[in-house]
Amino acid sequence: MIFPQKLAVVLHLRWYKTMQREKLVEVKDLKIHAKNDDGDIIPIVKGVSFDIHKGEVVALIGESGSGKTTISLAALSYTKPGLFFAGGELLIDGEDMLQAEPLRTREIRGAKVAYLAQSAAATFNPAITIGEQVTESAVLHGILSQSEANKRATELYHALELPDPDRIGFRYPHQVSGGQLQRLMAAMALCGKPDLMVLDEPTTALDVTTQIEVLKAFKKVIQDENSAAIYVTHDLAVVAQIADYIIVLYGGEVMEQGTAAEIINNPSHVYTQRLMAAVRPKPQAGLGSSVADEHEREIPAVKATDITAGYGGIIDGEPKIPILRDINVSVKNGHVVGVIGESGCGKSTLARVMAGLLPQSRGTIELDNEELEGDLRNRNLEQLQKIQFVFQMADTALNPKQVIGDIIGRPLEFYHGLKGNARHAKVVEILEMVELPAEFASRYPMELSGGQKQRINMARSLAANPEVMLCDEVTSALDSIVGANVIKLLTTLRDKTGVSFVFISHDLSTVASFADEIVVLYAGRVVEQGPTDDVLTPPYHPYTRLLISSVPELRIGWLEDTMQKREMAVGIAKDVEITSVGCPFFNRCPMGIEGTCEKQTPPVHKTDTDHQIACHRSIEELNMVEFEVQEALEHKKADEAIV
Amino acid sequence: MDNNSEFAETSKPQDKDILAEIDAVDELPTAPPKRRIKLSWVGKVSVAIVVFWLVICLIGPTIAPFHEMDIDGDDGFMGYHTNEYGTFYLGTDYLGRDTLSRIIYGARNTIGISLASTLLAYLMGITLGILAAVKGGWIDMGISRVNDAILSLPTIMLGLIAIAWLGSSIPVLVGTASIIYASSVFRIARALGQDIMVQDFVEAAKARGEGSWWVIRSEVLPNAAMPLATDFGLRLVFVVLFISSLSFLGLGVQPPAADWGSMVRENLQGLPYGSYAAIWPALAIAMFTIPINLIVDDLSAKAGGSLASKMV
Repeated sequence: MIFPQKLAVVLHLRWYKTMQREKLVEVKDLKIHAKNDDGDIIPIVKGVSFDIHKGEVVALIGESGSGKTTISLAALSYTKPGLFFAGGELLIDGEDMLQAEPLRTREIRGAKVAYLAQSAAATFNPAITIGEQVTESAVLHGILSQSEANKRATELYHALELPDPDRIGFRYPHQVSGGQLQRLMAAMALCGKPDLMVLDEPTTALDVTTQIEVLKAFKKVIQDENSAAIYVTHDLAVVAQIADYIIVLYGGEVMEQGTAAEIINNPSHVYTQRLMAAVRPKPQAGLGSSVADEHEREIPAVKATDITAGYGGIIDGEPKIPILRDINVSVKNGHVVGVIGESGCGKSTLARVMAGLLPQSRGTIELDNEELEGDLRNRNLEQLQKIQFVFQMADTALNPKQVIGDIIGRPLEFYHGLKGNARHAKVVEILEMVELPAEFASRYPMELSGGQKQRINMARSLAANPEVMLCDEVTSALDSIVGANVIKLLTTLRDKTGVSFVFISHDLSTVASFADEIVVLYAGRVVEQGPTDDVLTPPYHPYTRLLISSVPELRIGWLEDTMQKREMAVGIAKDVEITSVGCPFFNRCPMGIEGTCEKQTPPVHKTDTDHQIACHRSIEELNMVEFEVQEALEHKKADEAIV
Repeated sequence: MDNNSEFAETSKPQDKDILAEIDAVDELPTAPPKRRIKLSWVGKVSVAIVVFWLVICLIGPTIAPFHEMDIDGDDGFMGYHTNEYGTFYLGTDYLGRDTLSRIIYGARNTIGISLASTLLAYLMGITLGILAAVKGGWIDMGISRVNDAILSLPTIMLGLIAIAWLGSSIPVLVGTASIIYASSVFRIARALGQDIMVQDFVEAAKARGEGSWWVIRSEVLPNAAMPLATDFGLRLVFVVLFISSLSFLGLGVQPPAADWGSMVRENLQGLPYGSYAAIWPALAIAMFTIPINLIVDDLSAKAGGSLASKMV
């Protein structure tokens, strides 16, 4: 609960502190323009002004194309190729970054202003140890000697709560997890004690459980170091946790700016309100769409039974690198089945097995009660047509050398033999279905926006007139508003055509808003599945509980509240272990039973609504709210001690 | 509260504009202008030079002042002079033949043979390379290992062996050069093909159930065309140099037929006497190969980052 009076005091204190702080960065009427091949000048940033005080985190928020990254890079006296500073000032300690000489920029970058890129995996050099890379810029700039830098790095590893902080510096980047690497990047930026950090979407590509671990570490280290930061993101819920001051950008202009509390609690600009509306609601029961009954049939459209699959060849019926184990999933006709889990849990692999792109090593796939061959090359045309795969990245899933008309027209020709005018008429019809104009037929994918490309990507699958569409993370690469529109479209399509969907996502809120049923995958196994409402209400599988509480809420203080929870203390910042025996979630489970969970495959609890949970704990135990669980566990421990 | 509502009222008209703008973004974006390949002046001059040589190839014999085999000069290794047969603008070669005429005649042999060899090399290299990339497995393994074997032999040595075995004739030259250069084209085509084969749109075509032929024709080839075209220019230059070096060794085009490479060799002995007879054909080789390189550079620079990154 938030008490208004208390909040007001806190806010006042924050504001007061801000006033007291020294001004570090002053941006005055910053203008950045681009010049295209024809010499036309296009304004990208149209006069932006704001200040950053010492120890303050300023968030730049907006959709792609809003100029947020461009502004943040200006703090490093850098523009992307083709852009140039057209006016204004960006003062750091009174020195104008826009006027800095090339030699001076070398001194500034890394020492005075440090930059954290979105992808840590791409930032680290795989051939050099982490410690060397973390200390490099501090030593290079002569701020610290190598031994001082090493000491400082170790302190930072401790502050960032990295495992084995005294020795992690000797490891290579591939030897740590993605979330750890992201935190190590923060250590790299902070090692030279910069005045200002620029963080460019540092958590966007991460799973919710990893995001929370990184956010927590960033927040702590920024507070400890009292460093100022520019935090660039499109995610308001994340910003609410970490920023002191928020600047909302659209099209290179400031729409609204104010303290985090002002913006989050009382957004005055319509654009901010729109952004807030697009923030995915907390996943909960009742969000899922109701089933379109008219399409429902007894026979499941696609049924996967006891599927085991993996990569690297098959030895004795087991794949060398197993990804999926004993998966049972069935997709009823006209239903949407959401598949959720962290990256690497086997979501995409499941879809690939269904599509026949990766033949399973054990188990069967049935389509309308008819067993399918594992390899799609052995399936017949009708079977191929009925299952369509929608790829994640529309950018790469559409052939850049084909016009849209040919991309959508090919399945029409291939499966249904349509040619010439008949084909064109159908292409126009399908373009209409995905809410795009008919002129698009003569365009190349390059000429379309991200959201439009994703629509074409889906239109191509729709053109086959499928029974089941396998959608692999179709909204993950899109901005929140665009992604929400795509989901809306999918819902319309489902209602209109009666197509069943397998909807894969790592984002629980998106799945909750669209799916009739949810399958929760963890380390290649189904831990829980059932109707959306049942999965999102207790009893939960402990992993589902962790996932649900990791989804950030648009509320200041959410991060601190959540970190108090027991499942977080146990489940966050741990590696996923793929095990062949026992429950794979054991090492992150707040209620694991030692001696049982890691040794025996968990039994599956079934309820009358097809809700299934694979856990050693009883339904009653899973049903309890968190503190009760804790109590029960303590009782049990006490009992055991007596025995 | 009052302040807030006032602010909301005053800011409303502007807000509406922005919302309309946001909605407009979701609509049709203005199509970028059709990409036309614009050449820089260097590129234009280069194209002009290459066209000039191609014209010479076509109409050479009709405009050449002498026949390539006529020994009409006053003496070997003479400079500019005129006699009763005509004017020798670039002087004469070691036998007293007109250098200019021999260069004009030689263009046919040198450019014709290299163009034919390069085209043939491309036909073989692309077919096998894309086939290996699409099919993979044993087919890829088989073709690649044979190709590695060819690549491991020095090109000139391989040419020497082929010519020593089959004798020197134009078909043998074309065949040898094309097989030697097909091996490097194969490697590029296979690498490009493999790159494209792992793209999602190819996977989408496979998931649809498309056959290999369709995948090659519609998905792989159009995307490989531009990088391969760029490479074609470079490869042509290599072949010109290869044919010229074979001729220089006396194994290429056989005398008395003219060919730029063999002309350099024949007339080398004139250099100590101050004759330019060896310089002119060498310049001709440079004047053909350098412009082609410049065009290739220009094209790949204009095609932008994607192509440039593929070439690296």
